[in-house]
Amino acid sequence: MADSAQNQGVQTTGHVWDETLQEWNNPLPVWWTYSFYATIVFALVYWTFYPSWPFGKSFLPGMAQITYTNAQGQEESWHWNTRAKLLKETQEANAQQMPYYAKLMQTPFEQIGKDPELSSFVVSAGKVAFSDNCAACHQAGGAGKVGLFPNLADDDWIYGGSHEKIQETLVKGRRGYMPPFAEALDAAQIDALANYVLSLSGGQADAAKVATGKELFHSQTAACYYCHGDNAKGRQDVGAANLTDKVWLWADVPGAADAEGKLAAVKKVISGGMAKGVMPAWEGRLSPEQIKLLTVYVHELGGGK
Amino acid sequence: MLKNFKHERLETNAGLLLVATMLSISVGGLVEIAPLFLIDDTMEKVDGVRPYTPLESRGRDIYIREGCYTCHSQMIRPFRDEALRYGHYSLAAESKYDHPFQWGSKRTGPDLARVGGKYSNEWQVQHLIQPKSVVPESVMPNYPWLMSPLDYADVGDRLRALRTTGVPYSLSQAEYDANVKQFGAEVAKTLHIPDAQKNLVAQAQEGNYDGDRAIVTEMDGLVAYLQVLGTMVDFSKYKPEDLVKYR
Ligand code: HEC
Ligand code: HEC
Ligand code: HEC
Repeated sequence: MADSAQNQGVQTTGHVWDETLQEWNNPLPVWWTYSFYATIVFALVYWTFYPSWPFGKSFLPGMAQITYTNAQGQEESWHWNTRAKLLKETQEANAQQMPYYAKLMQTPFEQIGKDPELSSFVVSAGKVAFSDNCAACHQAGGAGKVGLFPNLADDDWIYGGSHEKIQETLVKGRRGYMPPFAEALDAAQIDALANYVLSLSGGQADAAKVATGKELFHSQTAACYYCHGDNAKGRQDVGAANLTDKVWLWADVPGAADAEGKLAAVKKVISGGMAKGVMPAWEGRLSPEQIKLLTVYVHELGGGK
Repeated sequence: MLKNFKHERLETNAGLLLVATMLSISVGGLVEIAPLFLIDDTMEKVDGVRPYTPLESRGRDIYIREGCYTCHSQMIRPFRDEALRYGHYSLAAESKYDHPFQWGSKRTGPDLARVGGKYSNEWQVQHLIQPKSVVPESVMPNYPWLMSPLDYADVGDRLRALRTTGVPYSLSQAEYDANVKQFGAEVAKTLHIPDAQKNLVAQAQEGNYDGDRAIVTEMDGLVAYLQVLGTMVDFSKYKPEDLVKYR
């Protein structure tokens, strides 16, 4: 190193270690120096366009402007900032999607399926909206989860599968409630009721207990019929399940290994009641357009009725 | 003088180099930080932002203890993709009572600034105990121990500590009255330090966040906190362009 320094006549700091080890003192490369000056020039230009230097209670806003439409529908400009930029971009994107959403809002539910362009919009936009907002509970494709969240892809509806009912579910939310019967009824009564409930959907059950259960179901003591209906097919106005089909939400009957387990699952619901079925309300969180979009999307998922 | 100045002088004099370095760094700091305190419009004038109740505040402590912030930010930036996914961009005013704030820039999971009300308490509990049970592809860890009892003996002291940083929890009657004026009687009650424990238990029982009224668990606190995130400001009351003009 020392040799080459001498050869090329490079300046050194005069420090020498270990006899030959010297410290060079080269000037900065020219390209580096000029790049540095260029960044200073860039900063000056930048300051004139974008918000920069603070002074006192305000700051230099810069000359760049963004024009958006205000709430009165008039064009309005403000110095460049990310909020103004977002507002403008949102308005532009809305204007682009506007024809679709306007059409969606104007078209009655039954007509939407007949318009191929509109239905393909519902499928693609609906899928995104569903993944963002609903899939965490109702799972991908609306498959649901026993014990927690209902399946939306079958044609079994707790609150009704018409467009109007689904929309009502989305707007207002739902909160199904069944009281716990552990105190009102004794163990034998709950056992009998569970046998009866299982028998309704063709499950394995003890005939004598079924008879007792049936009587209890329609009696004033248990009053199950009051919510689940005389025929046990449920009441959509209170969200009480249809007990005669094989679709279970709260009692994990399909997941139980044997007859014993199935009985236990039903007994657990009867004695413990059911208060954890909370479907959040989406009014205010989603726009009316998004709610209609999702209503149609969910309706199509389950082949609604 | 400048003509004779060689940066060799700086480079060979440790004391001088230290002073010069500090000077140039503090210019950067002053220019970026000081204006936030001086410029009138930094804090948007919006209604509804209030300090956390004792239960929410303990929930926030647990959020920090568990390091949720290592994967979750709480600041929705004013970009379109974020607005579509998370909702309205965050305002400075919305974290004015956060000490320390939870803005963050590292997102392994989604931003949580507006997660309040998005899911039910049941979902939050289920998800925290075992995220994969509701979101099969999740990489969020399980937090089953959150179902253990919440230690709230020192909640009053914790609020007192926050009070010293400027969060308006009240100790005296005069402070309480001022809170009634600013936040309304309902909220002011929850901010009164002498009643902190009582209020904490009452909210946990009333809200029943973890589905068990018998004991106040850490889950009660954390879910109460998550459910209030981003819900305090009613954005339908403000025109978008008014918020633009704060920047
Ligand atoms: C926090 C979890 C959660 C989220 C998020 C959620 N739901 Fe639900 N949803 C539920 C629960 C629980 C029920 C059942 C309520 C009951 O039985 O009382 C339900 C019920 C429903 C029903 C009624 C089903 C029937 O059989 O009548 C529909 C339709 C529905 N949800 C659609 C949606 C849509 C669309 C979204 C997204 C915008 C959504 N849900 C988001 C939990 C959720
Ligand atoms: C106050 C109204 C009400 C009464 C009374 C009532 N239920 Fe329910 N029941 C409900 C609701 C609401 C659900 C939940 C429906 C849903 O969200 O899927 C439910 C669910 C059930 C389920 C679980 C169904 C499933 O899909 O897993 C069973 C079993 C059941 N009830 C049996 C009974 C029996 C037996 C009685 C009488 C002892 C009874 N219920 C009384 C309202 C009631
Ligand atoms: C290792 C990183 C990691 C940590 C630590 C973590 N999370 Fe998550 N979180 C995720 C990921 C990834 C998701 C998205 C998948 C899911 O919903 O589980 C998520 C999702 C969530 C959601 C749902 C958000 C939404 O809008 O869907 C909530 C609420 C949440 N986390 C809360 C917490 C809390 C509270 C803690 C601390 C106790 C925590 N997380 C710790 C990674 C993490």
